[in-house]
Amino acid sequence: MFYREAGDFKTTYAADNQTFPIAFDRWRYWAVLFVAVFVIPLVINDYWANALLIPFLIYAIAAIGLNILTGYCGQVSLGTGGFMAVGAYATYKLMTAFVWMDMVTITLLSGLITAGVGVLFGLPSLRIKGFYLAVATLAAQFFLVWIFNRVPWFYNYSASGQINAPERMMFGVPVTGPNAEVWVKYLFALGFVIVLSWVARNLTRGSVGRQWMAIRDMDIAAEIIGVNPLKAKLTAFAVSSFFVGVSGALLFSIFLGAVEVGEAFGISKSFLVLFMVIIGGLGSIFGSFAGAAFMVLLPVVLKIVGVDMFGWPTDIVQHLQFVIVGGLIVFFLIVEPHGLAQLWRLAKEKLRLWPFPH
Amino acid sequence: MKKLLTLTVAGLMAAGPAMAELVFPSLSYRTGPYAAGGIPFADGYADYFTLLNERDGGIGGVMTRVPECETAYNTERGVECYEATRGEGALVYQPLSTGITYQLIPRVTADGIPLHTMGYGRTSAANGEVFEWVFNYPANYWDGASVIINYLLEQNEGSLEGQKIALLYHNSAYGREPIRTLEILAEEHGFELVQLAVDHPGQEQGNQWLTIRRERPDYVVMWGWGVMNQVAVQEAANIRYPMDQFIGNWWAGAEHDVMPAGADADGYLSLNMNVLGDLPVFDEIQQYVHDAGLAAGDGSNLGSVLYTRGMYAAMLAAEAARTAQEIHGVDQIDASMMRDGMEALEITEERMEELGMPGVGPAFEVTCANHGGPGMGRIQQWNAADQEWVTLTDFIAPDDSVTQPLIEEDSMAFAEESGIEPRDCAM
Repeated sequence: MFYREAGDFKTTYAADNQTFPIAFDRWRYWAVLFVAVFVIPLVINDYWANALLIPFLIYAIAAIGLNILTGYCGQVSLGTGGFMAVGAYATYKLMTAFVWMDMVTITLLSGLITAGVGVLFGLPSLRIKGFYLAVATLAAQFFLVWIFNRVPWFYNYSASGQINAPERMMFGVPVTGPNAEVWVKYLFALGFVIVLSWVARNLTRGSVGRQWMAIRDMDIAAEIIGVNPLKAKLTAFAVSSFFVGVSGALLFSIFLGAVEVGEAFGISKSFLVLFMVIIGGLGSIFGSFAGAAFMVLLPVVLKIVGVDMFGWPTDIVQHLQFVIVGGLIVFFLIVEPHGLAQLWRLAKEKLRLWPFPH
Repeated sequence: MKKLLTLTVAGLMAAGPAMAELVFPSLSYRTGPYAAGGIPFADGYADYFTLLNERDGGIGGVMTRVPECETAYNTERGVECYEATRGEGALVYQPLSTGITYQLIPRVTADGIPLHTMGYGRTSAANGEVFEWVFNYPANYWDGASVIINYLLEQNEGSLEGQKIALLYHNSAYGREPIRTLEILAEEHGFELVQLAVDHPGQEQGNQWLTIRRERPDYVVMWGWGVMNQVAVQEAANIRYPMDQFIGNWWAGAEHDVMPAGADADGYLSLNMNVLGDLPVFDEIQQYVHDAGLAAGDGSNLGSVLYTRGMYAAMLAAEAARTAQEIHGVDQIDASMMRDGMEALEITEERMEELGMPGVGPAFEVTCANHGGPGMGRIQQWNAADQEWVTLTDFIAPDDSVTQPLIEEDSMAFAEESGIEPRDCAM
């Protein structure tokens, strides 16, 4: 009834190709943005920010990054944790080496450095694909974690081998360090999420994105119609690593504050982001958000329901979480390979016809 | 989504603060590769507070509550747990994880909640002038390293000249802590230090033990935790490394670390900061807690090494709370009063006797400047035939002339890094 194309006349090509062709979606989009930018920072408290919202925003960036590589370009990667570590350590080195530099520049530079590393590890993708590429990226994961543990220069020769984010100011308020207010951190992360998802959305529906998808669907056919696989694959690795690097940088600088590479950016992080992409939906920006929200929310909701409401032992709840996540992965891979995003899409299809489906 | 949100809100409201209780959150880990150590510690911690509630009606007439939060030894979960329990009036945090400790130090300092890292965490927190809210009495890693070397000196008639000592450590902030101390001690006593890192979670040690077989160190010192300990003891048995030359720190010396290797583990040495064996308090826990069906976990860990340590941690927290109640003259203390209590804490032999745990730890007092305690440890040996730990030595004192300058140096570096003006404790 409200959710329909009828009456919404498109008179330009731009209007015809916009992201949200339905008026209701456009309003909803602006409403979500308005709430996220102007309402949430006023009402947010420490728990909601640190347990849910900030990790959600940061993982959403990582999920978009991995989705670009795996969902849009079809190159499986298990090196996400390692690339996030590159972003985090780049941030740390930049923060300590160039004290005057502001955090936005540092975060973007960390993304660029990660993009460079990503391209380097993306080179094998020109020769190998599928399962073999997954193993090659797995090697990147282990190599990167190993090198950050091994070379003391990366952690400024500190005795503990940890990196700590020093306090940095922006517009007169601290954004990193223990004295930063949560709404500042939240807005900082939100800014990156808004800009980067806008970039990702427009990249994936432009010529670059079409090349990626052509490579994903059939690389030989894509080559025949004139897609350069070298360029397509390496740009996918670069853009994806940029996103992942920014998310690793934010995870370190505004969320965790202190990082130990093996623990924070181990193989489990790679799988976590991969699960977000699978559950959320391969090849969908919305899916990246849905997957990140799901994987961040699930343990917290389970804990609140299981431990606080029903008084179950904490270890049972934790094990239950493994069972649920494992079961859901199998379920989505078999029943709905396009994940939550596809469910969302179907819901929208149904909404268009509601209340007269015939 | 909406349903989830409703549930979440309902849960948060259910977990809201209640009046007149002392809250000691337990950031435990009963799952994952470190659960073997996390479970008995968490059980001991919870059971002691249950005992206080059941037997004495709480501390100073105020009931205690121990909300448990599962971290799986993961720092992100640890932060979430901290944020989740902080609002309930938490008095002190004991995360039993050096990684989480590093996360929490800046946060508790900003939020004003004491953090007690007993025998783990950031060693330089012993300097109370810099770390106002962090305590690590009665001992820390640098003390532990020094105690081990002092024990070895004693075994070798005062000289380790030309000996080779391998440090097998968990490749994390935890395992790296003793390296600085050992390097300085190596220089001082003329032994050679071989560093062997084991990556998380610690199952892969073939390479390290191959190196040990090749290098033939006179002693192997281990800074391990979780599954790493069991694997190391098994690997040592496999290459027939003499067990009485293999010394773990106090987190590598529990029953479950040596049991899997069976008779081969006989003679394995480790540090401990507690006394072993039957303490009178265990009978009371059995009577008031376990027999009443209130035991934490499955109740099978009563009296084990880490259970004792968890109980000891709870005792120190309870005693600090009692001290705080005395200082401030109120029963319902808050986190900053708790801090005062911890800083004025005095544990005497008589008091431990009174509490039914004579000699469970060293007698010590905490001061404004010294948050680290005496740093003493004792050496214990595994007897595989009787399946029990045998205490070999009395409490051995560390070499403060080595650890003190390191603490000074590292804490000052922290103060500068985070812009803290050290307090003046002389005033």
